[in-house]
Amino acid sequence: MTRYRANPDAIRALVRSGEVHRDVYTDPELFELEMEHLWRSAWVYVGHESQVPKPGDYLTAEIAGQPLLMVRSADQGVRVFYNRCAHRGARVVSAASGNCGALLRCPYHGWTYRLDGTLRTVPLKAGYAGSGLEESPAARGLSPAPGVAAHRGFVFARLAAAGPSFEDYFGESLSSIDNMADRSPAGRLEVVGGTLRYLHECNWKLFIENLNDTMHPMVAHESSAGTARDLWRDQPPDAPKPMVIEQFLPFVSNYEFFDKMGVKLYENGHSYTGVNFSIHSKYAGMPEYEAQMEAAYGAERASAILGEIRHNTVYYPSLTVKGAIQTIRIVRPIAVDRTLIESLTLRLVGAPDALLERSVMYNRLINAPTSVVGHDDMHCYRSIQEGLEADGNPWVSLSRNHSREEDARAIAGVYNGTSEVSVRGQFRAWLAAMAR
Amino acid sequence: MSVASDAELIRFVHREARLIDEKRFDEWYELFAEDARYWIPLTRGQQSGLIENSLMFEDRLLLKLRIERLRNPQAYSQAQPSWCQHVLEAPGIEDRGTATGVAVMRTPFLYLESRGDHSQVYAGVAWHHLKTVNQRLAIAMKKVELVNCDAALPSLQLFP
Repeated sequence: MTRYRANPDAIRALVRSGEVHRDVYTDPELFELEMEHLWRSAWVYVGHESQVPKPGDYLTAEIAGQPLLMVRSADQGVRVFYNRCAHRGARVVSAASGNCGALLRCPYHGWTYRLDGTLRTVPLKAGYAGSGLEESPAARGLSPAPGVAAHRGFVFARLAAAGPSFEDYFGESLSSIDNMADRSPAGRLEVVGGTLRYLHECNWKLFIENLNDTMHPMVAHESSAGTARDLWRDQPPDAPKPMVIEQFLPFVSNYEFFDKMGVKLYENGHSYTGVNFSIHSKYAGMPEYEAQMEAAYGAERASAILGEIRHNTVYYPSLTVKGAIQTIRIVRPIAVDRTLIESLTLRLVGAPDALLERSVMYNRLINAPTSVVGHDDMHCYRSIQEGLEADGNPWVSLSRNHSREEDARAIAGVYNGTSEVSVRGQFRAWLAAMAR
Repeated sequence: MSVASDAELIRFVHREARLIDEKRFDEWYELFAEDARYWIPLTRGQQSGLIENSLMFEDRLLLKLRIERLRNPQAYSQAQPSWCQHVLEAPGIEDRGTATGVAVMRTPFLYLESRGDHSQVYAGVAWHHLKTVNQRLAIAMKKVELVNCDAALPSLQLFP
């Protein structure tokens, strides 16, 4: 039985003023529709150009159920194709990443493609004489993703033929990516050091909603960050903090801290916390790096770049960025209750290794499958996934700092940091894509 | 002179695993030298824990934090506690440390971690770098190479 397919009224009824129906997290049909409508009309993150530096370098990704291939072509451009041989449909490359040389070659019958996706050779081509192959879709080679755009090396694709332009979709929210790249004295980022891959047994939205949720750290992370605080308790106030302590302590800041941090919303579900300051604001200075930044940008501009210390930026629905610490998390939904979160570390080109060490430590402490912070987050996500099976109340409250007045206007703007407005903004985007 | 007798080196590796499996974490913690690392690389042949991502790259402070957290009633992910069991192949002595002062042990293992109705099984090789501190054997480094280190993993909460 289909309840939601071809039934936009039923979908609209799931999102009410300040609350959503549990089905948005638990219903497999809605998950399918999300992949078809929301994820394919959105600009979703594919990969970073630094991961494919040379012609023939490629990476693969499964996005919204679609096998994709990102490759550096001979003209140095980065292209995104469906990873599907034009002949019988095999995936053209299977590894997570690699170099294919000058041609992509299907492992089944050996059809080859140039790095721009065009068909180069078909074995025993004479067998196709008069077959009509030349006029068929197979002759056109690899199908490109309908939309591809890059910003500061971050490559996104839109899998629907029609939809908003890249610029309209992200708008000013791209300033978080800019700030992360600007933190390099050379203005460039490089993905380095391997991908942490954490399997989340929950709906993808539970993860992405949590990124700008500032009412949970002091509760969910008391056991980890609170333990760090207790281990450091007997130290004199001016004792230099080990990086571990410096990174953990702010997680158990009080409600006032997180509220004053602020949250900024854009249209289309994007947002970031840390408008005024963030949990990264009190890291020890690195004079050598700061001098490099001043030399590269001038004192005023360097100070503006380094003074912008955002917490998490959500590029709805597929990417979250932590510019101040140079890590990103990629959201890859697998099933209604299964999501892969991949966490990457970015090196600020030209900056001292000490910054990379800080990024690597943060990524490991917070985002790894072995992270004690991640364990408690994951426990809460899974608890929600299971708890929502309860029939007593099918509605999920998102009403913190909500007002009826908010429903009637555009949602972009700056709000107090502990508001649930970022989740409401995400559901506006969700509904706009799902109830068309 | 070697760091310790062969029998002592082998006994140490077995005891280290047993202390984890029996959750005798305070005794386990004391096996680690002040400058020790407990390292689970993310990639095969990984060179650095400092500038490359790892699953774990713990110094004593981080090990202490993990151990204390496991006892914290607010460690919600352990409201239903995890249990684990190492099954070790006979530890091999790669280097007695005669020249370096650091003995190197290689131990292939299976590791099961269980929580509630769910279990995960890992296989890999544990490398113990052991030295003498105050006349006792201590871990300079324990490096755990998991066969599936680069796979998408669920929460892994104890110590392979």
